[in-house]
Amino acid sequence: MSIADSMQPRLSPEDAGKLEQTWRDPPGIIGWFSAINHKTISIRFMVTTFGFFILGGLLALAIRLQLAFPGARLVNADLFNQLFTMHGSTMMFLFAVPVMQAIAMYLVPLMIGARSVAFPRMNAFAYWIFLLGGLMLYIAFFVGVGPDAGWFAYVPLSSLQYSPGKRIDIWAQMITFTELASLMEAIVLITTILKMRAPGMTLNRMPLFVWAILATSFMVLFAMPAVMLASTALITDRLVDTQFYNPDRGGDALLWQHLFWFFGHPEVYLIFIPPLGVISSVIATFSRRPIVGYPAMVLAVIATAFLAFGLWVHHMFATNLPELGKTFFTAASLMIAIPTAIQIFCWIATLWSGRLDLRTPLLFVLAFFVILVLGGLTGLMLASVSLDTQLHDTYFVVAHLHYVLMGGAVFPLFGAFYYWFPKFTGRMLGERLGRWNFWLFFIGFNLTFFPMHVLGLWGMPRRVYSYPKEMGWGSLNFTATVGAIMIAVSVLLFIVNVVRSRRHGEAAGNDPWGAGTLEWGTASPPPAGNFEMVPVVHARDPLWAPKSLPTHVTGLSNEYREILVTSVADAELDHRLWLPASSIWPFLAAVATTVLFVGSIFTPWAVVWAAAPVAAATTFWFWPKKDIIEKRTGSEVNP
Amino acid sequence: MRRHAVLFPILGTAGVTETARAAPLQDALHAYGIQAWHIGRLWNFTLALCALVFVAIVAACLIALWRAPRADAKSTPPDMTSLIRPERGIHRTVAWAVGAATLGLLALLAADVFTTRALGRMPLENAVNIELTGHQYWWEARYLDPDFQRQFSTANELHIPVGRPVIVTLKSKDVIHTLWVPNLHGKRDMIPGRTTTMQLRADQPGTYRGQCAEFCGLQHAMMALLVEAEPDAQYEAWAERQRQAAPAPASDAVRRGRALFLEKSCARCHTINGTGATATQGPDLTHLAGRKTIAAGMLPNDAGHLAAWIQDPQSLKPGVYMPANRMRPDELHDLVAYLETLK
Amino acid sequence: MSGQPEQKPMQQPPPAPQHESNADGHLLDIMHLPTFAFGTRSPMWWGTMGLMAIEGTVFALCIMAYFYLRSHSGFWPTGGMPPELLWGSVNTAIMLASAVPNHFAKRAAERLDLQKVRLWLVVCMLFSVAFLAVRVLEFKTLNTSWDSSAYGSAVWMLLGLHTTHLITDTYDSLVLTVLMFTGPLEGKRFVDVSENASYWYFVMFSWIPIYGVIYWGARI
Repeated sequence: MSIADSMQPRLSPEDAGKLEQTWRDPPGIIGWFSAINHKTISIRFMVTTFGFFILGGLLALAIRLQLAFPGARLVNADLFNQLFTMHGSTMMFLFAVPVMQAIAMYLVPLMIGARSVAFPRMNAFAYWIFLLGGLMLYIAFFVGVGPDAGWFAYVPLSSLQYSPGKRIDIWAQMITFTELASLMEAIVLITTILKMRAPGMTLNRMPLFVWAILATSFMVLFAMPAVMLASTALITDRLVDTQFYNPDRGGDALLWQHLFWFFGHPEVYLIFIPPLGVISSVIATFSRRPIVGYPAMVLAVIATAFLAFGLWVHHMFATNLPELGKTFFTAASLMIAIPTAIQIFCWIATLWSGRLDLRTPLLFVLAFFVILVLGGLTGLMLASVSLDTQLHDTYFVVAHLHYVLMGGAVFPLFGAFYYWFPKFTGRMLGERLGRWNFWLFFIGFNLTFFPMHVLGLWGMPRRVYSYPKEMGWGSLNFTATVGAIMIAVSVLLFIVNVVRSRRHGEAAGNDPWGAGTLEWGTASPPPAGNFEMVPVVHARDPLWAPKSLPTHVTGLSNEYREILVTSVADAELDHRLWLPASSIWPFLAAVATTVLFVGSIFTPWAVVWAAAPVAAATTFWFWPKKDIIEKRTGSEVNP
Repeated sequence: MRRHAVLFPILGTAGVTETARAAPLQDALHAYGIQAWHIGRLWNFTLALCALVFVAIVAACLIALWRAPRADAKSTPPDMTSLIRPERGIHRTVAWAVGAATLGLLALLAADVFTTRALGRMPLENAVNIELTGHQYWWEARYLDPDFQRQFSTANELHIPVGRPVIVTLKSKDVIHTLWVPNLHGKRDMIPGRTTTMQLRADQPGTYRGQCAEFCGLQHAMMALLVEAEPDAQYEAWAERQRQAAPAPASDAVRRGRALFLEKSCARCHTINGTGATATQGPDLTHLAGRKTIAAGMLPNDAGHLAAWIQDPQSLKPGVYMPANRMRPDELHDLVAYLETLK
Repeated sequence: MSGQPEQKPMQQPPPAPQHESNADGHLLDIMHLPTFAFGTRSPMWWGTMGLMAIEGTVFALCIMAYFYLRSHSGFWPTGGMPPELLWGSVNTAIMLASAVPNHFAKRAAERLDLQKVRLWLVVCMLFSVAFLAVRVLEFKTLNTSWDSSAYGSAVWMLLGLHTTHLITDTYDSLVLTVLMFTGPLEGKRFVDVSENASYWYFVMFSWIPIYGVIYWGARI
């Protein structure tokens, strides 16, 4: 029996039932649209982002099939340019960052001992906005007006003169949707982490995963505005003739690049930092010991988050910016390797001094040490201005970015799914299928992307729909395509594993892994209110630490959605708060906002007339319900 | 021919470089010019250092996995001794490793700075000055000279003298393009509204292929450039020929062909010196027949391909700005005959 | 709560859920804790701060873009004439003055004084009408249009972004004002008033650098 189960005082079944009633989502169709429980929203979010991952992967497969042979005519130039634009945009905006926020949304309240996130309705709104934005993009693609200027949409190519029609406007507005969703998520996560931790969970005792999410969320606040401003200026240039990016009227093509990459570089760290938290969770559990060097690990994450904002010009080394300035960014790009190195060495030290259980989650995490490390090293190569002038915009960069993004994020993400699937569903994923999934993915990945380093050195530029036979690039391209097919098969195995395990997987119990963090101290899946009784924390890895008194909180209502608010640094008791009930208004407000955003692709007046429904929906969302207020007025305690 | 070649020290590339040698030269691993050579040296150093680090980290990981005892997660209580006793030894090891990593990073920084300085020190006396303007999807080249009469224009194929510096001024007419001739130098962006320069030098004679390396639209993939490096005397002879106007037609067919060039829409976009056609929307055709390729490196320059291109460029390279030109087969034949005299 | 027309008697809190006895210190009792709190104690404060961080970053980046474009321009302002100083300066005065009723609204909220909250929120709304009206005049006297040059685009974007914030701040203050009259009310509504006041300060004070850039950026 794990330590977790033995510690649990229980509510009476009657009270547990009432608590469940209070926190769960309402039934029925209207109920489905009104749901705001963070776990419900998170599962939807995870499924949606995974859906986009599959779509993005299919796009990649199409790209690889076209490039497998020189001079192939599988897709024409126009479709190819849409394919790689959609692939990049999907993976970067619709998958990589949102999936991390989705997982965080599920796990953070559980890990910190909270019943909910801080702003559950805004959380739901963020999901709907995200879904509707992604749908808009894909509908456009399927009707033949998919964007085709790359996921980075450099001007002047993306300006109206060189990209007529609405393709780029759709892309730019997709940015607005997805960045709005991410920004709201970041506010929700920061507030939840800082104000809703269980009593006794000082910052010093917070799980490393939660630190990673906190750092990431702060980064989101400062990075995403840059791309929102850039894309808004692009929309206005295209729609109402502003001149931000037009060199003939005082604008500048590089303004776009500066704004985009000021967002774009931190963006990849938004993708990279949460998995660092996953790795810490998984390695600790499967090494049977806490991670070596907790303070160093925390400082490393914070340092990485700060430094990430100082690198963006390394995407612009081929431009005519001053050389001295570029060298500064070389130094910064090299320096950011130091905090990552600290983390890598601490993890290796943990493995070295632990007792290992080589289960599938750990396998996926271990892949990080091969794949991300290789990708990070090619990153150091690209950090040098001179080397970059040969490697920039070639397949070498394609190799690099996939090594860091897949090694640094996707592999740990699969590890996260294998690790936390039992918590989400109450069942274990199949271990044997998991191993097949892993090895196919690992081998397929390397087969696909390692040859691309060579292709880049051999002169193959990026974003080419085909290449001449004489260049001699055919056999490596073919190899890469074979690898891509292997990756597709491995993902298929994952889907099979998930579908099978939902029905027939081994029952998980509260804590199948004997882990140390609070999410394992409640049922799998957790009850609607997360914990029957909110725990009190006395150490890091609370389920591993020796039992201390008091163990749990008492007095939280099971009639209202009552949560505990604690102080920022030391999680001392502060006050209680009643969170709002389920509501359909976040969904309706998201629909209204969608009308505004999509309308403004076609006319600037949409901002005016569509503002009214948005205002109405958000007002109804906010407006309190008389009967609920009157019922609990008597319980009000003034500060 | 390989004195300045940069070796690619990874196993199994010997057979692979054979294939590369038969293909047109477009790779960063074989430097035929001083700038590419400097970068190649930096590449070798960086590759060696990074490979070492990679092996060390993977080895550390594998050894950790091999030597650690196995346990079943659920039933094995966690080891909490690190809470009681600080793990000084482990912390020290991590600190040393981080220190070593920092030193490695400083070495890379130093190597980069040295290389940047070396690249900036190429002697520039007696340079050839070329102004290269990027277009969707071709390269416009103007060879500059203090004496205006000695300037000339060409497109998609550059000749440069071996051993003499070449200063390339980079501009763009429409969107961002990038000049990249990897055997000679790294790449540089051509940004509308800005002017950049690049200094390079070929140190071996040969034909070096380059490609646009910034996504510039529909036919970005088919925007290649050929750089012919030849001994100075041969280069000067070529340049002298480029300065001449097109020769007068010597036969009736050729004369008819020239008339067609002027009557049809060709002269609205193309220049041929000596005919009165001075438009610059499309490439300068005065010496078209001397080039190895047409359509920016996409097609061989022979009568068949030329005819097909003139008739319907969109079918070969959809999205180019050159429209279709319908004409009778005999007209086409004459026009091509004329173009073939433009050596 | 003070200010409510009828005082409801303090009801007995609902019976506590059944659990192990907390006499031996196993359990931490939180029932005495207040049900709302002000300032940094409140999650709403943190949410509002997050919003300010985002919007402040947008403003800062837009200002940087203005100066970036300026550094690449020969003539500035392009088109010759900088914006007229009158209406922008008048509006700056109005906005700064609105800090007064805003301050009193915030203080009243923190004292749970419903009557004063209602009064000062209404005064704030009057200021809103004023500065929105003057904002229209500001747009009319910018001496440039958004499509004439990058300078014009930057100036309109800056003013436009701030105006969007003025409008949304006015609207949500209006909703809150109405609610404070109609009810239903509970403790955390006073926290909302307090945080709305903080956001109001942000919109007013972030105007100062933007005003500086739009009106003086082309004069120095």
